[in-house]
Amino acid sequence: MIGLVVNPVAGVGGPAGLAGSDGADVQRLALERGAHARAPQRATAALRVLAARHPALVVITAGGTMGADAVRAAGLEPWVVHQPGPATDAADTSAAVAAVAAAGATLILVAGGDGTLRDAAAGLTRTPVGQLATDQPADQPAVLGIPAGVKMYSPVFAVSPHAAGALAAEWADGTLPTAEREVLDVDEQAMRHARVDPVLHGMLRVPFKVGRTQSRKAATPASEAAAVVAAARGVVRRMLPGIRYLLGPGSTTAEVAGQLGIRKSPLGVDVILDGRQVIAAASEEQLLAEVAKGPAQAVVTVIGGQGFLLGRGNQQLSAAVIRALGDDPLMVVAPEQKIIDLLGRPLIVETGDPDLDARLSGHIRIVTGVGTTSMYAVAAPDPAL
Amino acid sequence: MSLPITPASSPRSFHQASWNEPIVFELSTPGERGIAVPAVEAGVREVVGDVVAALPEGMRRPQPPALPEIAQMRVLKHYLRLSQENLGSDLNVDIGQGTCTIKYSPKINDQLIEVPQLRALHPAQDPADTQGALEMIWRLEQLMAEISGMDAVSLASPGGSAGIWTNIAMIRAYHESRGEAEQRDEVITTIFSHPSNAAAAKVAGYKVITIYPDADGYPDIDALKAALSERTAAIMVTNPEDTGIYNPAIREWVDAAHAVGALASYDQANAAGILGITRARDAGFDVCQFNLHKTFSAPHGSGGPGAAANAVSAELAPFLPGPRVERVDGRFVVREPGELSIGHVAPAHGVILHVVRAYAWIMALGAEGMLTASQIAVLNNNYLLKRVLEIPGASAPYAAGRRRIEQVRYSWQELYEDTGISSEEIGIRMADYGFHYWTSHHPYVVPQPFTLEPTECYSKAEIDEYVTALAQVAQEARENPELVRTAPHNQTVHHTHHDDLDDPERWAITWRAYRRKYFGELRADAVAPALEGAAAS
Repeated sequence: MIGLVVNPVAGVGGPAGLAGSDGADVQRLALERGAHARAPQRATAALRVLAARHPALVVITAGGTMGADAVRAAGLEPWVVHQPGPATDAADTSAAVAAVAAAGATLILVAGGDGTLRDAAAGLTRTPVGQLATDQPADQPAVLGIPAGVKMYSPVFAVSPHAAGALAAEWADGTLPTAEREVLDVDEQAMRHARVDPVLHGMLRVPFKVGRTQSRKAATPASEAAAVVAAARGVVRRMLPGIRYLLGPGSTTAEVAGQLGIRKSPLGVDVILDGRQVIAAASEEQLLAEVAKGPAQAVVTVIGGQGFLLGRGNQQLSAAVIRALGDDPLMVVAPEQKIIDLLGRPLIVETGDPDLDARLSGHIRIVTGVGTTSMYAVAAPDPAL
Repeated sequence: MSLPITPASSPRSFHQASWNEPIVFELSTPGERGIAVPAVEAGVREVVGDVVAALPEGMRRPQPPALPEIAQMRVLKHYLRLSQENLGSDLNVDIGQGTCTIKYSPKINDQLIEVPQLRALHPAQDPADTQGALEMIWRLEQLMAEISGMDAVSLASPGGSAGIWTNIAMIRAYHESRGEAEQRDEVITTIFSHPSNAAAAKVAGYKVITIYPDADGYPDIDALKAALSERTAAIMVTNPEDTGIYNPAIREWVDAAHAVGALASYDQANAAGILGITRARDAGFDVCQFNLHKTFSAPHGSGGPGAAANAVSAELAPFLPGPRVERVDGRFVVREPGELSIGHVAPAHGVILHVVRAYAWIMALGAEGMLTASQIAVLNNNYLLKRVLEIPGASAPYAAGRRRIEQVRYSWQELYEDTGISSEEIGIRMADYGFHYWTSHHPYVVPQPFTLEPTECYSKAEIDEYVTALAQVAQEARENPELVRTAPHNQTVHHTHHDDLDDPERWAITWRAYRRKYFGELRADAVAPALEGAAAS
């Protein structure tokens, strides 16, 4: 079963030049400036692709502008399981996604931006909005973002509404694998003051197309999950006794912990020594104290589609901590596809310490498997951004 | 006076033949025979006796093989019908086969290898009886040395990944001979080099470091310099890479490797665009490998056995695989591998049928002809590049605006974003117009990739025909995406399920495996012991 939840005000702030649509005041201001929300049309565009392939599909959704209107506009039958209030807000998105999941959707299309997907993640994990979704139920449905917001930092979106519809159509055929992807959001208030600071809010299971197109010539891992397992195994093989490893957040580092038999805090930095968990979800102070005890190295992965290595989602690994780690502070781990998805953009380090960022810039080895690494460019953020 | 012919503006009409043909086992009729074998004359039978009884017990089948029983004409028709249900490479414009460098393989070369004496050759024969074949191997080695600029050549390797493995095995032996084998445990390659380079190095026990392109789309030399150290055993690169981009700093790459004591290995899988223009030696390489079955007139793409020419500098010559053919006093002798040699990489000294094809191809073209073939391959490719980029939604990522060598890895990402139609779906629809579009693009650094390689084989009219069909399908994706998504419409077989090809429980590459996995029939080798058990009880 496929579900749909639309954030009807997503994207309203973009044309109005407001860099986002978070908050009732911004939305009102945008509408006063004559802006139109983009999400409903984009949801309809995605569903039209789905409808062409599965014309008799019933889509589990919320009422009116939150889904049912778009479903009907695409010529499909809505099954409304949530009625929104007169002015929709973040809690409405969370409640709608929770209701659609409870009704049995295995894939939920969510039209909006980063904030909308963050609300969707909160709804699925039954975590109150504003708190971190740290635990995911095993039966959680897959989610795919229909890009309709002003900003889409999270790699949980399809590249376009059409592509989202095409993936959903294949999902309805029952043929797509899924992979865990980061839910990121930027503090819009900060961004309006020219500071881009995406925060990691959790993980969602996102459908993807293996290899993107047909290939039987090369020995690619059978799935992205297998690639993550291989990359994590590469890290475990490189781990040495007597060294404290500061394991950063992410699904790849969680797999490293899993192979060591440790249950990792998904969004925290854990300290591992000789295959045992010393501290879970350590603070900056705790990390500094641990590093002072002996040789240590941070194990980090590439966060999101933006290529952040340090400074996003793992701020505990502060400049002070990285400096304390010495000459070889980082072991970077990522499945190759994650590097490829950067499309040539360098990895970014932003510790808040320009000298340290400059020292870390250049080229770094990324562990992609047992005995395999990739050499990739690292840069400090462009001060113009 | 010109003929009243106008260029085709739309793809030609095509529909694959569909015969609803049973498999050959289902055509079997008990007692039907393909050939009437003459009865053995009484006199002969008396002298020879029971030939089956003469075989050792362990070599005799307990029962005859379960072959289909079918007359000769029915067999012929059966296979001709099946051939019509394919897109054969002699039938269509298959520039979408990309990365396979399908050179023109003249039909005369196929006739040459049908010579009965050649077919009867055995590698264990007394060299005194095979002087002609040995001379051809020896001469081809000389020609390949000239083409590569290297000092010594071996044709022993079966090519492909085995050929690349031969390169790294020689490099490992070289470092061993200098006592540096333990110190040098890393091999550097690039993301667009053939994955065989990374895989072969891994199989040989090396750690593999992969370099990504720089901001301009060229292999990142700063990343190379950051990766090189006294631990580096070799760099193993393809040039031009499968993007069609030629690394203009290749000499600098090789020099940087040499500066730390590493060797440089050149995968010449994409040599079709550089023959007679540049050579491995000119860029300073220590070892290189050509696939005779790609660049030198032998069919490729499951078209038969592979064959390689591994060419090395004088310093690496002692490490070449054996056996080697040597000329001594005008005679040709076969030498088993020497002390430093990596030994045998295949049972004999080369695939003689490919040796004959490659030799014939080189001798027929000559140096000038090979240069012309390369120039046409580059010209065809850059003409195709220009035409493809005119199609809305198509792009050629990396090294934007630069010319390419003999192939290009394109992207349909923009079309995909607009329509949700993937490169794979476009490929399937292309078959509806009678065109081959199966392309290999590992690793997926280009989103929605498609790789086209016209080589020197296709005329301008054929390239235009291909581009016209490609543009038509791209337009269909925008105007009627369901038509593309539900393709093929003109083919014998509809969609195949990829998952079935990935799952050992479900793949079935023989009829018996299919019956076993899908109809629950027992394996023949599982049936026999069960029957024996029943007989014993």
